[in-house]
Amino acid sequence: MPLRAENVSYTYSEGTAYEMKALNDASLEIKDGEFLGLIGHTGSGKSTLIQLFNGLIRPSSGRVLFNGEDIWANGYDRRKLRFHVGLVFQYPDHQLFETTVLKDVCFGPKNKGLSDEEAKEAAIQALKHVRVSESYFEKSPFDLSGGQKRRVAIAGVLAMEPEVLILDEPTAGLDPKGRDEILDTLNEMQDTRGISVVLVSHSMEDVAKYVDRLIVMNRGEIFCDGAPKEVFRQYKELEQIGLSAPQITYLMHELKNRGMNVDENAITVEEAKKSVLDALREKR
Amino acid sequence: MSIIKAENVHYEYLSYDDDGKPAGTTTAVNGVSLDVEPGQFIGILGHNGSGKSTFAKHLNALLMPTEGTVWVEGSDTRDESRIWDIRQTAGMVFQNPDNQIIASVVEEDVGFGPENMGVPTEEIWERVDKALEVTGMTAYREHSPNRLSGGQKQRVAIAGVLAMKPKCIVLDEPTAMLDPAGRKEVLNALKALNKEEHITLIHITHYMNELTEADRIFVMDKGKIALFGTPREVFGQVEKMRELGMDVPQVTELAYELRKEGVDIREDILTADEMVEALCRSEQKM
Repeated sequence: MPLRAENVSYTYSEGTAYEMKALNDASLEIKDGEFLGLIGHTGSGKSTLIQLFNGLIRPSSGRVLFNGEDIWANGYDRRKLRFHVGLVFQYPDHQLFETTVLKDVCFGPKNKGLSDEEAKEAAIQALKHVRVSESYFEKSPFDLSGGQKRRVAIAGVLAMEPEVLILDEPTAGLDPKGRDEILDTLNEMQDTRGISVVLVSHSMEDVAKYVDRLIVMNRGEIFCDGAPKEVFRQYKELEQIGLSAPQITYLMHELKNRGMNVDENAITVEEAKKSVLDALREKR
Repeated sequence: MSIIKAENVHYEYLSYDDDGKPAGTTTAVNGVSLDVEPGQFIGILGHNGSGKSTFAKHLNALLMPTEGTVWVEGSDTRDESRIWDIRQTAGMVFQNPDNQIIASVVEEDVGFGPENMGVPTEEIWERVDKALEVTGMTAYREHSPNRLSGGQKQRVAIAGVLAMKPKCIVLDEPTAMLDPAGRKEVLNALKALNKEEHITLIHITHYMNELTEADRIFVMDKGKIALFGTPREVFGQVEKMRELGMDVPQVTELAYELRKEGVDIREDILTADEMVEALCRSEQKM
């Protein structure tokens, strides 16, 4: 069920001295089963946009449509929308509150109206999916490491079986291994469950490696929208708006400039390896 | 004299069960020794839970070792009479700038530290001016910190530490919550502190690229130092780094992969420029 923002604008503290336009006439559709990356510098409107998608805030103008229905129409059940469109905030510690991991993950499905047994079943499934082992189920979520807390927080949203899962920098502060595990899990969920995943990230390397489609935000507007390769091709423009490209992109462009026959659009180590090897062999 | 010296530092803490009874001891730091010379830029890496933050808190006497000793400029951190000198020598910056900023105006926040230390008013303002200048935040001195971006807030937090005139700053993942531009801002400010003001930096991070110019890198694992050396020595060991749950810069990884395929290329490449030089040379050879 596609989620769509149509010409949405959002202004914080409208009519006061602190008035700030966070989103300006932005339109974006999240298609079914898509792995979407959302990048932009701090204050570019990413967080505002994802809160609009989840119905947490109401657009100052424009519409947000889920499955073709305006989520701010009279009588629309926005509470229900949040079971379909799950949002994982950046700081898992802010979302965890129960005495045990299992109880914490049960909270969402119970709220959704499932019985205790059904909720527990959904929670166990979700925890398994994010690879939290059973030995942690009865532990306090606050005794877990940063990476594990993050998994539990994701499981809490996943247990509601959303069709769209939106994550605000799910890997910030995690070590490289923890980061890879979370991103691999998201990738797998998108593959096996067919859910759409929206990943807000500050890591160009991560989005280059994982997402199908990349949206760049700047000053409350959508700056560009395309496959990661197409987006990073404009690395000079990205730098002007406070972003960058993966290190590999810079390398490949420089190699090309120096006359080496490489694919300057390679954005991952794997692609670069292949392209450099081909270029070297061709010479030979 | 080394500015920081740690000798066989252990740190254990008790964990408690639901009823508040001791459930066991956890060893977070398990025999760490290191020596930092004044003016060095030191990087500390390690996966979540490797003990690096716990160790860092020993460097300005927020924690005392259970066993072993930490000296800051020759003072044992357990010597209570020296604690304020120690904290003044080794300032600390944490991950979340929002938890470190207390005043409602940038310049007042930066002046809070020296004011607390009893520095005369005139000198406080001189220090604030200087600290804001070095971190590139002068234009924002009369702004409210909560209207700043993450990178700007973190630079205010660094300026606040700087105003206390530390000889050493310990930074515990100061860039973890920032966007690429914010990370660059903070890193440039840090490099300037190190190169121009000769302040010793101990920088804890998960971003490998931030440490390519460090003098030395220590990689922690299970409370111990698992690997140390110059960035080339450390990142050059791609397999060992992976075992430790770490990354290496993308170009270093690429060099490693190309070597595996039989390309004659150095394994300790750290930057895109070095890679370009190495590849163009190896292309000519073929």
